[in-house]
Amino acid sequence: MRHSRKLAGALYAAPVAVFVLVFFVAPLLLVGRMSASDWPLLAGDRGINLPQNYEGIADNPLFWPAVGFTLKYTGIVVVILIGLSLLLAVIVADNRRGSGFFRSAYFLPTTLGLASASLLFFGFYSPAIGPLDPLLEWVGLEPVSWLGTPNAALWSTVALIVWKFAGFFMIILLVGLQAIPPDVYEAARLDGANRWQSFWHVTVPLLRPALGLVLILSVTGSLLAFDQFFILTKGGPDNSTVTVVQLIYREAFQRFDLGAAAAISVVVLAALLVLNIVQFRALRRDA
Amino acid sequence: MRFPKRRAAVVLAAATALVAAACNGGGGGGDQEVVLEGVDDGTTLTMWTRAATEAQSQALVDAYNAGHENQIELTVIPTDDYQTRVGTAAGNQELPDLFALDVVFAPNFTTAGAYLDITDRIEALDFADALAPSHIDVGTVDGAKYLVPHTLDLSVLFYNKDLYTQARLDPEAPPTTLAEFAEHARAVDALGGDVNGTFFGGNCGGCFVFTWWPTIWASGAEVMNEDGTESLLDSPEALEVYSTYRGLVEDEVVAPGHAEETGATWVSYFPEGNIGVMPMPSTMLGLMPEDLNVGVAPIPGIDGGESTFVGGDSIGISANSEHANQAWDFLRWSLEEEQQVELLAANGDVMARTDLADNEYYAENPNAVVMNDLVQVGRTPYSLNFGQTFNDPQGPWLPLVREAVYGDPDADLSALNDDVTASLGS
Repeated sequence: MRHSRKLAGALYAAPVAVFVLVFFVAPLLLVGRMSASDWPLLAGDRGINLPQNYEGIADNPLFWPAVGFTLKYTGIVVVILIGLSLLLAVIVADNRRGSGFFRSAYFLPTTLGLASASLLFFGFYSPAIGPLDPLLEWVGLEPVSWLGTPNAALWSTVALIVWKFAGFFMIILLVGLQAIPPDVYEAARLDGANRWQSFWHVTVPLLRPALGLVLILSVTGSLLAFDQFFILTKGGPDNSTVTVVQLIYREAFQRFDLGAAAAISVVVLAALLVLNIVQFRALRRDA
Repeated sequence: MRFPKRRAAVVLAAATALVAAACNGGGGGGDQEVVLEGVDDGTTLTMWTRAATEAQSQALVDAYNAGHENQIELTVIPTDDYQTRVGTAAGNQELPDLFALDVVFAPNFTTAGAYLDITDRIEALDFADALAPSHIDVGTVDGAKYLVPHTLDLSVLFYNKDLYTQARLDPEAPPTTLAEFAEHARAVDALGGDVNGTFFGGNCGGCFVFTWWPTIWASGAEVMNEDGTESLLDSPEALEVYSTYRGLVEDEVVAPGHAEETGATWVSYFPEGNIGVMPMPSTMLGLMPEDLNVGVAPIPGIDGGESTFVGGDSIGISANSEHANQAWDFLRWSLEEEQQVELLAANGDVMARTDLADNEYYAENPNAVVMNDLVQVGRTPYSLNFGQTFNDPQGPWLPLVREAVYGDPDADLSALNDDVTASLGS
């Protein structure tokens, strides 16, 4: 009896296990093997190339600047995204007149693919076809080179990402907000807490699980940034907006070296793994 | 194997082919014997091309399918994604029977054995000598030919005749030297308003290569050594090109947006009618608005002369194709006079052959004649590491040319040129 229950349980779990094995474990092993091999894209596996693929990472003059830029970009995006999405969530949390409209409006950009959104912004920023520069000139300001300088390119991309994802994170936080029972606020009010105090001492602590999820999603997403820079800046101007994932793409598909690309992937994977463990621990301990 | 639709000539060709096949030891293409004329037996062939040259490929495929037993299924892949897709397929032995490729990337694929050796088939063509010579050269490795020209895209000067007239320039006298080019651009720019003298893609390595190198070639200099392993891009001729454009940038003769232009929209400025003169791809001619009075001229050298970058796509049969004879039937057919003239010349496109310029369509299209004549003198640079050196936005070429145009005017470019050489030789 017990034996057959175990078997049944294993059978129920099997489809998922097979799924994970085929789509997660197997590719991971393949990447691991690639990272240890001399593996040109066009020619396939050419045998072990073990320390070289990893040694090559440090020799790549673009690697450390890319790491630095990716971290800087992540810091900026995460702070702005969490602040803004929390603000939006608080604004639309009450069931006031029109809050349904604003929820939908803020959420709408989420339904667009990142590549399409990037192309849209590319059009906006373009001096040839974009509406921004004529608008500025109409107001009497000088046109701005939106993607022409390292800082402008970074902030223009941040604007795109915030526009695209703020609504998504707002929804997550909104669900968290609505899960906070109203009597907690009532108790705080009876104790004489003002709006700010009840936000800081009631809302934020009770929102921690939702905030934690938003933090992990936005940090991981930003560290793996690719599409937006690939389309908007191509890493320019002058290699100022090259992210780590762009380096992986470059090794694989510009330089045709899957081994080197896989080695960077493994390093990034390890870094992300450590980071996520730290984040989970920190969130759990505080809670 | 059966040849139901062919005549005795084919049998003869097949017999000679057997000898040829014996000589070159089969060489892939399944276990078929080589039929120099090609085979039309109702086989379904797969073919890939990139979106940039879709129009020409689609026209050829449609016409072929309408008149042949063989049927070709054409897959068009977004241009930015093409290298990735073809590279991955080559690594997995999953290439289609036929695939076109941006000619500058060809050496990667020919040397990696992705294409079938079709030397005998090409040499058996009556018009083998008329095939765009620079494409054939780049598709040749150690005397073995792998590729034929498919769609040609040349860099040529486009100039706006109406703006020339307004600027009191002779609309029938396009620039013949680099200095004259700059002079004309300045004269048009002086018209003011929305009008600008010229434009270029200042953050686009591929654009620089395509539009600026012809001036270096036309001046008698080289951009690389013959093997494509050493960069010569700090030569006096190259410096002259950089400094001329630098002067145009400093005087704001170039339309705004050049410094960040990554190549996605650089050809969209001229057709709007506010640019005086700029080098652009020849395939843009057919896309010009009806009411724009456009002139086309060769890209001049520093003190005269002319040259062009013969880009576009070459095409070959993939090494893992099991239908090499059928695939060749399409390639041979596509290069014949009727198709070249009726499908390409009729549309204002440059033909893959240099011997057909005297046709009814070109007679009414002098701009197309200018372009077609350039195929003879034009160049297609060869380097195994071309893409990762010149087209890659993170490659070493962009820092060199951007330093020369936007950076410190007294910068020593030789170190940056060494970086280019290092990439070419790696």
